[in-house]
Amino acid sequence: MHMIDPILATYNLKKSFGALTATDDVSIALFPGEIHAIIGPNGAGKSTLISQICGGIQPDSGRVELLGHNITQTNVSMRARAGIGRTFQVSALAMEDTVLQNVLLGALGGSGTPWHFFRPALKDWRLRDKAMTALIHVGLQAHAATRASELSHGQRRQLEVAVTLTLEPKVFVMDEPMAGLGAEGSKNLTELLDNLREKAPILLVEHDMDAVFKLADRISVLVYGHIIATGTVDEIRSSKVVREAYLGDGV
Amino acid sequence: MIRESYLNALVLFLLLAVPVWATIIDEPFTITLATRAVIFALAAVGLNIALGLGGLVSLGHAVFFGIGGYAMGILAHHAQTYTPVMSLPFLIEGTKSMPVIWLVAMASSGLAAFAIGTLSLRTTGVYFIMITLAFGQMFYFFTISWPTYGGEDGLSVYVRNEFPGLNTLVPIHFFAICFIILCLVLLLNALIAKSPFGLALNAARQMPKRVQAVGLNPNRLKLLAFVISGVIAGLAGALFADLNRFVSPTMFSWQMSGEIMVFVILGGVGRLCGPVVGAVVFVMLEHFLGGLSEYWHVYLGALLLIVVLFARGGLVGLIVGRVDAHD
Repeated sequence: MHMIDPILATYNLKKSFGALTATDDVSIALFPGEIHAIIGPNGAGKSTLISQICGGIQPDSGRVELLGHNITQTNVSMRARAGIGRTFQVSALAMEDTVLQNVLLGALGGSGTPWHFFRPALKDWRLRDKAMTALIHVGLQAHAATRASELSHGQRRQLEVAVTLTLEPKVFVMDEPMAGLGAEGSKNLTELLDNLREKAPILLVEHDMDAVFKLADRISVLVYGHIIATGTVDEIRSSKVVREAYLGDGV
Repeated sequence: MIRESYLNALVLFLLLAVPVWATIIDEPFTITLATRAVIFALAAVGLNIALGLGGLVSLGHAVFFGIGGYAMGILAHHAQTYTPVMSLPFLIEGTKSMPVIWLVAMASSGLAAFAIGTLSLRTTGVYFIMITLAFGQMFYFFTISWPTYGGEDGLSVYVRNEFPGLNTLVPIHFFAICFIILCLVLLLNALIAKSPFGLALNAARQMPKRVQAVGLNPNRLKLLAFVISGVIAGLAGALFADLNRFVSPTMFSWQMSGEIMVFVILGGVGRLCGPVVGAVVFVMLEHFLGGLSEYWHVYLGALLLIVVLFARGGLVGLIVGRVDAHD
């Protein structure tokens, strides 16, 4: 179907916790320029799948490839350096630090090394430019000096995306970026993500179906650790299997 | 509320002014007290780098303090008895030179911090506290049962070690050495806190998984902080031994680790001069209340309770409020 190689792909990933099969033979691919959404009911194994892609959990078998390289054996920070930029379901920010310090941390991880001890990080203009560019991209530039703990929930979600932007990742892996956002916040972030796919493709785990149907080029449906269908929005909407297993008749 | 930097300047000024004044009115004991406070402050500044920046609650910093002390004790002991520290496979002589002793103290406590940190950082939270405490006890009982260097009785050094150009037997000279070292280490601490390393370390304390997600290794950052911290505590230990001209296993005791932590918590965790304020208050209480009752720790305990319950930023936080958001 696709003539080009995927940026990120999993092949036959399997992971069990005791008798529970959390990931059952999952093969998904993320191609340049696309947003590939993974949906599924609670407990379908979405978080476990994300963890295996980002390096937090090792699969029992199968492999993860980024740009054709097998990265299955590498850890979280190695995968981040290889080009996986992830956002967390629950904002994982340095809450005592300012917005600028949080994005600087990203710039630090993405471009340089942290092994500098004597010059102030805030005066490293190369890092700072990168950090400010990311803040402008998500529209948080006016809040650079605000502490992360003082941001609204929606602004924290934007900051998560900004930190990931500073890494200049090859792919974005986003774990429920819309979680807890109101209608307005959801709309803003949807617009932001819509433009982001030009920078790098997005693997999007999301519960907000409006956002998924608006953003996704392709959708994979995960049920009990197994992908029961992959296709375009229309294909998924009209798929009988998906309706029965997950969406219900109202959609 | 005054700015924290003004408070820091004031604290350091008073810490310098009191012994200078004591020299003028010829009160050498006051100078010794001030030197004691400065050395405790130095050890606590060391711990504050691990605890305040890295979030590492180490209840084993007496290990590094003690190693620094014994580095001084062993080298000076061999120098005063004209025996070599070791002769095989190569000859190592004792020395009375402070700079050499400091280097040995820092190198050996740094190595110990690297080993202990590597093992302890596999754990977090209360397990980290316990494992650092356990290492402290290991060193404590090892020195107690090490007869070569005095065992339980410790080691006496008859004459204070030498520093080129100064007469270390004059109290204010030795105070000056300790005070300048403290200021240099505070400067280093301030630079590190704002550096890229400090930024990353601070984030590793608050949210390790964020640090991993940007491609950095939080444990490597914490390990380096632990080593820097240990090196500073080791240097403080060497100076402390020189102040007393005596080392004993009590430098390794868990009470010592606890006291260093009390300095930091009392003054303010993560505040640049918090450990200095904590150490000065401790030495003052020890002197003034200790003269009234040998159970003066009761009052220290009460003060610590009040600070922990009502002043989250320690005494420094009480005076200047919470940390500014930089920039």
